[in-house]
Amino acid sequence: MTASPHLEFERDIAEIEERIKNLLSVADGKGIDVTSELDVLRDKLDSLREETYRSLRAIEQVQVARHPRRPYALDYVERCFTDWIEMHGDRSYRDDEAMVGGWARLGGDSVMLIGHQKGRDMKENLRRNFGMPHPEGYRKALRLMRQAEKFGRPVVTLIDTPGAYPGIGAEERGQAEAIAMNLREMARLRTPLVSVVIGEGGSGGALALGVTDRILMLEHSIYSVISPEGCAAILWRSAEHREEAAEALRLTSENLVELGIADEIIQEPQGGAHQDWDGAALTLKETLLRHLTELSGLGTNELLRRRQAKYEGMGAWRENSAAHITGEVSAGT
Amino acid sequence: MAWFRKEKKPLRSAERRDVPTDVFVKCEGCGEAIYREKLTHNLEVCPDCGFHFRIDAEAYVELLIDDGNFNELDMHLRAADPLRFTDLKAYIDRIGISEAKGQGEAVITGTGVIDGMQVALAVMDFRFIAGSMGSVVGEKISRCGRVALERRIPLVIVNASGGARMQEGIYSLMQMAKTSAVLADLHEAGIPYVSILTDPTTGGVTASYAMLGDVHLAEPGALIGFAGPRVIEETIKQELPDGFQRSEFLLRHGMVDRVVDRRELKAELAIVLRHMGNAWENHS
Ligand SMILES: [Zn+2]
Repeated sequence: MTASPHLEFERDIAEIEERIKNLLSVADGKGIDVTSELDVLRDKLDSLREETYRSLRAIEQVQVARHPRRPYALDYVERCFTDWIEMHGDRSYRDDEAMVGGWARLGGDSVMLIGHQKGRDMKENLRRNFGMPHPEGYRKALRLMRQAEKFGRPVVTLIDTPGAYPGIGAEERGQAEAIAMNLREMARLRTPLVSVVIGEGGSGGALALGVTDRILMLEHSIYSVISPEGCAAILWRSAEHREEAAEALRLTSENLVELGIADEIIQEPQGGAHQDWDGAALTLKETLLRHLTELSGLGTNELLRRRQAKYEGMGAWRENSAAHITGEVSAGT
Repeated sequence: MAWFRKEKKPLRSAERRDVPTDVFVKCEGCGEAIYREKLTHNLEVCPDCGFHFRIDAEAYVELLIDDGNFNELDMHLRAADPLRFTDLKAYIDRIGISEAKGQGEAVITGTGVIDGMQVALAVMDFRFIAGSMGSVVGEKISRCGRVALERRIPLVIVNASGGARMQEGIYSLMQMAKTSAVLADLHEAGIPYVSILTDPTTGGVTASYAMLGDVHLAEPGALIGFAGPRVIEETIKQELPDGFQRSEFLLRHGMVDRVVDRRELKAELAIVLRHMGNAWENHS
């Protein structure tokens, strides 16, 4: 892994990292023992990272979720799964590389793994369209989900997209229809479904992989109906108000659990998943195994009954004198 | 209930209330001055060029339902403010302003009769916060769908929406999943669902129930899409072709079954419903 580019709020962290590096190279050159100085600096680094990442503002969470060194779907595939067989194409138009999917083994069992895939550099991003699928990407995902259902295997989706691509070809080929069809089919797919937001959960393009029995979120991932920039541009009439918008949208993993949408937060290694891909993958794997075991014990009818009840209750409204809010017991007002 | 039992009267145009005293209206399509009364009697369609002016939710109910026999459902559902959302204005105040105008929410739902056939009907209202889909819209559409399911009558939705209601955050997004889940049950039960697309239908509504019909009927010239044209232009940095994301464009690209003139809408809808199963006629 190459050194991470640093986010603005990580400036102090970067400075200590730099000092450690310098100290090491000086010690190396002159053969001096710097163990005690190093220990002091490393302790300082640890506590600073912990402190910084414990109290991130919403807009900073957004930056971490979009961090260019953050592990993407295939990085987790490599670390959590075995026997990975990627499958391609929607059988209708083309293969969309912003969406990856295929068979994989988690622990001992086969699962269908589907995820948005961002590119690591400009060249790969052009191929993967920055993780923004076209309709054929969503149709590939649906094809694979139906295949999982056919063979009685669970589906695991890894969500990480700024959104479905807004372009001419995407509209011509029915971006809206493709997303809508995934929502409808996932709602009643007769096999366990688990989604994990690993980075950006951007609007309908994310939800099209997110109608699932369990919704998990990595600690520093976000999930929102619109990007803070888009929201600010419309409601504040200027993208410069993205900080306020990020706050108002309640899009962090902690918010999503409070709002009764996400089931669990998957803790990330100190300083974020981008600091320790293996560590992040290990926790993800253990959490996935636990949820899949629970779900496979339910039986298909009970699984579907619960999924139906969950989505039926989604939302917040007032009716006569009562208020319904997802995740809360109905209360009089 | 049954608030809609009243004398037949001309359709109300969404634009009309802004210029109630005007005798002439300038057509947005051909620029001609149209005699106000003539336009009204022509269902708010320009007699010269066929341009369709927007009409409000009550007008569609009146257009489609026989003799105004519409039993409205769930009219008491009101938006909550789960995020206590405030931008330049507090969400709770935006709701208050729209409610004060007498609009309950961005959708009217109920049951009624179309050409002798019982249906469940939902009509979106663009006047209420741009027809945006919040929890009330999602809940009313879902309940309306379940009425269709329980009574085994067709579901008809007239769509008009700017997309998700951002002020309800993730709850707004989840309405797409919630409504689509009900449509999955309707689909499985073999109950017809006709989606009517009017100007404009974009964003989260298009990417959920608006695009899940057995049959899609679009009014001429309606803007229908996933992303709004401005977002697309900003993304691809080029001008969009003429007619992009209009009904006729969607017809060409296979996303809608028919582009239907408003003056033919009820008749076509009735034929379609009858084809999908005339068993519906005998239910009341
Ligand atoms: Zn005209």
